[in-house]
Amino acid sequence: MTLRTRLGRAREALGARLADVRGRDEVDAATWDELEEALILADVGVSMSTALLARVRERVGADGVSDGADVIDLLKAEIIGRLDGVDRSLSERASPSVWLFVGVNGVGKTTTIGRLGHLRVSAGRSVVFAAGDTYRAAAVEQLGLWAERAGATVVRGAEGADPSSVVFDAIEHAAARGADLVLADTAGRVHTRRNLMDELAKVRRVAEKGAGSVTETLLVLDATTGQNGLVQARQFTEAADVTGLILTKLDGSARGGIVLAVEGELGIPVKFVGVGEGLDDLVPFDPGEFVDALFEMGE
Amino acid sequence: MFENLTNRFEVILRNIRGKGRLGPDEVEVVLREIRVALLDADVHLGVVQTLQDRIRERALGEELSGVLNPGQQVVRIVLEELTGILGGETMPITFASKPPTVVLLAGLQGSGKTTASAKLARWFKANGRNPLLVGADLDRPAAVEQLRTLAGRIDVPVFSQPGDPVSVAAAGLVEARRLGRDVLICDTAGRLAIDDDLMAEVARIAAVLEPHYTFLVLDAMTGQDAVNVAEAFHQRLELDAVVLTKLDGDARGGAALSVREVVGRPIAFASTGEALEDLEPFHPDRLASRILGMGDIETLIEKAEETFEKEQAEAAAARMLEGTFTLDDFLEQLRQIRRMGPVGDVMQMVPGLGQQIQGAEAELDEHRIDRIEGIIHSMTPDERTDPDVIDGSRRARIAAGSGTQVSEVSRLVRQFREMRKLMKQMGGAGSKGRGRGPKRGRKGRRQGGGGRTTPSGPVKVQNKGLALPGLGGHGVEGAQDLGNPGTFEPGGFLPRS
Repeated sequence: MTLRTRLGRAREALGARLADVRGRDEVDAATWDELEEALILADVGVSMSTALLARVRERVGADGVSDGADVIDLLKAEIIGRLDGVDRSLSERASPSVWLFVGVNGVGKTTTIGRLGHLRVSAGRSVVFAAGDTYRAAAVEQLGLWAERAGATVVRGAEGADPSSVVFDAIEHAAARGADLVLADTAGRVHTRRNLMDELAKVRRVAEKGAGSVTETLLVLDATTGQNGLVQARQFTEAADVTGLILTKLDGSARGGIVLAVEGELGIPVKFVGVGEGLDDLVPFDPGEFVDALFEMGE
Repeated sequence: MFENLTNRFEVILRNIRGKGRLGPDEVEVVLREIRVALLDADVHLGVVQTLQDRIRERALGEELSGVLNPGQQVVRIVLEELTGILGGETMPITFASKPPTVVLLAGLQGSGKTTASAKLARWFKANGRNPLLVGADLDRPAAVEQLRTLAGRIDVPVFSQPGDPVSVAAAGLVEARRLGRDVLICDTAGRLAIDDDLMAEVARIAAVLEPHYTFLVLDAMTGQDAVNVAEAFHQRLELDAVVLTKLDGDARGGAALSVREVVGRPIAFASTGEALEDLEPFHPDRLASRILGMGDIETLIEKAEETFEKEQAEAAAARMLEGTFTLDDFLEQLRQIRRMGPVGDVMQMVPGLGQQIQGAEAELDEHRIDRIEGIIHSMTPDERTDPDVIDGSRRARIAAGSGTQVSEVSRLVRQFREMRKLMKQMGGAGSKGRGRGPKRGRKGRRQGGGGRTTPSGPVKVQNKGLALPGLGGHGVEGAQDLGNPGTFEPGGFLPRS
């Protein structure tokens, strides 16, 4: 099933505008307004939308495009052009490699670890989960249940333990058993909380001190997130050197357009997207599919 | 980006000072800025368009007043419109005559339902109720454990059992009655608004519970989709209100405004931190300035206007700039500030200071002002007019009379003198450097001779001016970290001429 068919619901407001544009046989001021509105409704944001449309306007002038459908195609091509050619792989160059998962509360970090762990175990890797979310009640139990489903082992500390030491122990544990990969959970935190961001920076530092090496720091971002997503990405990058995004909950009616701004402005590539509730519903990010879904008409 | 919309408006509208009203061109320029600010705050596009129309209508017809500059005046219109949508009142929570009062929480995954459930339980408990938490989220692994752990911290019982969520809810209601709990809070599984099966399930839970309050738990960071989500839940559940979570971040929370406008339901509670105490009844007026990315400056201006008697303030300002400002004047200023609300709240309203002030709060607390008042009250009228007469024995008497230390008295007097000196320097600068002529004689009712002429208009004061005697210099330190704090105008407390 393609992302597009999974996402093809509840998108009337945006779809109506696009259908309107597509049906036009001339390109006028209203066309541009409706395109901008469609982008904004998809959470692309004013400044990114303006930049994209400015480029498309140039092309329309140069190519002599005259109908709405062609303009939409140009816009899609413009976005795909910006997303293409980016390395979206997850690095496993160390032994063990450590992937650190960070983000605000409730974005789906623990669930993402469960699914990504499942993918890596299915690919023949030996995977350890580090239960570094020692704050949220029952987060460790939740990760334990995911470890069972995914076929990974889990290393946990006591509730309230120092997350850095839990992650460090998990890396040592993985190294001692010759495991390939450590997926380290961290507590969700709002990026304005200085002390919690410092704690995260420490987790990142301490994780480098043992046998392994942090090869990815993945910011998990909820697709319903609005313009604050860009601020989040900036702050988490500052604290923990984010190397990639994972966009979750793309199976709702939200389109996750904020990742265009994050990738465009901060150069942080989207690596995976969560598209459903099942164990297999985490898939590599595909720019073409994402853009098609962004412009899904909602028929 | 739009940290200070007021400043932007002032720049845009600089040229029209002196005109009687705003013209269509200026209004359109301002409206474009407003649109971007609102969209950046995640207010829904449709709501932004409605707001733009209303603001256009008002701004075009509005006469420019002398008190506020055009930029401030437009901001005031915008704020009034936003506040109008949000509603002015905190939503009252009433209790069922036949307990338990049933509260149902629903929302998307990760919006914070489980934590909000426990926080609500804590809030009800703090208000003298005996809540029971019902864990009907049987989908997310360990959700019920999470609820039990949180409930354990606040000593509230939890009911849950395996099976299906609808029967858990039904059994929970029976359990609440059996245990004599007077509030039942039901946590449910996160679900997508577009998932018909799960939405039908939560509707069945609602049918069984017949909740008195159905709350949509909404993440303050939600983007344009918030409206779709709220509408979908409202169709199925008939929402009573929204619980806004994660408002402790820097998200502007425009989604909450959209939900209010589109679904017509208020925000009942807002969560402002991770601790279980960090949930409070929502004050709608505070969100409007937040959405615009401003401190609550407009409220500050309004309160100042209401509170300050014009003439009194003018007279004090005149004396301030002359350097004949007395401790009585100072005491009066302190009282005026206090009349505006607790000092901490007042400082929170100053743009940019809100964040900085937390550390300084201890220093700025009411007790210190009480002590300062005490000290001044223990002085004779002569000492208040001319603190220079205060010698060692007078200091000892004042300290004894006010129950304070001699060192505190000296400190107050010293700082007051410095402040007076500074004010006097600025008074000179104001009348010469800025070419302001003398305007009006003072009309104060205080002791001392009358008939001096001094400028009384707003005077730009560097951040230094924020330090009040006896209150330490925290305003100074805070203000310097603000990036672009601009200048603090003591004239902001005073009428503009």
